[in-house]
Amino acid sequence: MSGAAKRARLLRVLAPLAVAIVMLAGWQALVTAYHVPVYLVPSPLRVVHTLYADRALLFASLAVTLGVALTALAIAIVAGVAIALVFAQSRWIEMSFFPYAILLQVTPIVSIAPLIIIWVHDTRTALVMCAVVVAIFPIISNTTLGLRSVDRGLANLFRLSRATRWQTLWRLRVPGALPYFFGGLRIASGLALIGAVVAEFVAGTGGEGAGLAYQILLAGIQLNIPRLFAALLLIAAAGVAMFAATAGLSRLALARWHESELPRDE
Amino acid sequence: MAAADLAAEPAVGAPLIELRGVGRTYANGTCALADVDLDLRRGEFVTLVGPSGCGKSTLLNLIAGLARPSSGRITWRDAAAASIRDARPRIGFVFQSPTLMPWARLATNVRLPLDLAGVARKAADRAVADALARVNLTGFAHHLPRELSGGMQMRASIARALVTDPELLLMDEPFGALDEFTRQRLDAELLSLWSAQRFTVVFVTHSIQEAVFLSTRVAVMGARPGRILDVLYIAEPYPRDDAFRLSTTFAAHAHRLSSRIADAGAGELPDAAAGGGRAAARGARPGQASR
Repeated sequence: MSGAAKRARLLRVLAPLAVAIVMLAGWQALVTAYHVPVYLVPSPLRVVHTLYADRALLFASLAVTLGVALTALAIAIVAGVAIALVFAQSRWIEMSFFPYAILLQVTPIVSIAPLIIIWVHDTRTALVMCAVVVAIFPIISNTTLGLRSVDRGLANLFRLSRATRWQTLWRLRVPGALPYFFGGLRIASGLALIGAVVAEFVAGTGGEGAGLAYQILLAGIQLNIPRLFAALLLIAAAGVAMFAATAGLSRLALARWHESELPRDE
Repeated sequence: MAAADLAAEPAVGAPLIELRGVGRTYANGTCALADVDLDLRRGEFVTLVGPSGCGKSTLLNLIAGLARPSSGRITWRDAAAASIRDARPRIGFVFQSPTLMPWARLATNVRLPLDLAGVARKAADRAVADALARVNLTGFAHHLPRELSGGMQMRASIARALVTDPELLLMDEPFGALDEFTRQRLDAELLSLWSAQRFTVVFVTHSIQEAVFLSTRVAVMGARPGRILDVLYIAEPYPRDDAFRLSTTFAAHAHRLSSRIADAGAGELPDAAAGGGRAAARGARPGQASR
């Protein structure tokens, strides 16, 4: 790697880091200088301290929320890809069912969640279902689009070679749809977490299986604002981690050949 | 050289395909091709020349069986020449762009037609190595398409078309997007492949020079509706090389072809006179085509 490229990569890490340091330092300074009470805005140091002090409680909740989100994401991937494969088989099927997929997407999850929670007895199952409803749409729509966006010439070549439907699907349409699928996956990973948190808010489950949303709710009621901030920090970190993981997966799968993952200078 | 010599018809092989009154009209009523009669013989190198929208690609797709004619019929002759057969022969198709699968290495791309036909892996790999050697891409089997130049990608595309050992090779402006030097080199390479194996070629191009250099026969096509206006023989011996490109014979053929295209354009003038702008565009066409 050349010196310039190395510097550019270093800058990409250092620049946002510098912004974070400046902002946190400013926050800390303002809170200290104006003696802002801890129940309004806690200082960053206080948040970190709370995160450490309440670690058993918070990380247990994080595990619950992350478990729901990851389970939902896995289900959304499997079901979403399966639905997209069915949609891609025929325009009629897609035309008949796609509006309902959109309906599911545009209806706010907070308004469906209570119903699901009433209908499904097991709370964890209900939470997973809510998160799936939110996360599945980008996977369905992106993968369907990808399966349809086949290079004309290649499609003709397959026809000329008298390829079966199955051969065309596995050798041409599925590999061609991968970049689209991964685009959908990145969006879905964030949505799965949002779906899980929103569903927890609506369900308001406490006790053993309490997720981060419940901790936020409870901390708000108790005016335990440092804990609220600490829980928020954990949710944000979990979201970033899930996004990074799917982005990494995408790079792993596409880096060899697809434009989106190629180095800029090529 | 006298014009009579230029137009001499060479000895030809057994018939391969007969097109009789073939037309193609799209669902919206556009007539892409009307009433085409054409006989293709084994070992011929036929070039389709004409302006954009004259149905060259449509004709190629009809021959390939990628589209059905809306009128007329296409008949295949087997090697015995006398009898008609139902099945299409083995066809290789080279598109305007390389159309390689970007996720697959070159060997996998070239092997595709064999894989789809269910050819055993070992035999297929031998055929792939052979095809890559024929287009001078030995050693690039494990490269991805994006790692190759445009000319190399096109050669890989030709290797893929040749890997099934086709009787008929259809090429739709294969070198149109390449620079002039690469195009001339690939033209020469294509001719030497064809001379060695004598498959039949139908080649679509915009370039008069390319048509003269490659073909045994040139079909001049016109637009609205697309049809064959004239057929010319280029009765010059092979191998043809760079010296042929620079010869007066070459220039004479090119001149004859471009004036035929000009005639074809003039022949169209009366029915186009209604639309003044269009008539002017047609008048300008032969000059553009001869570049």
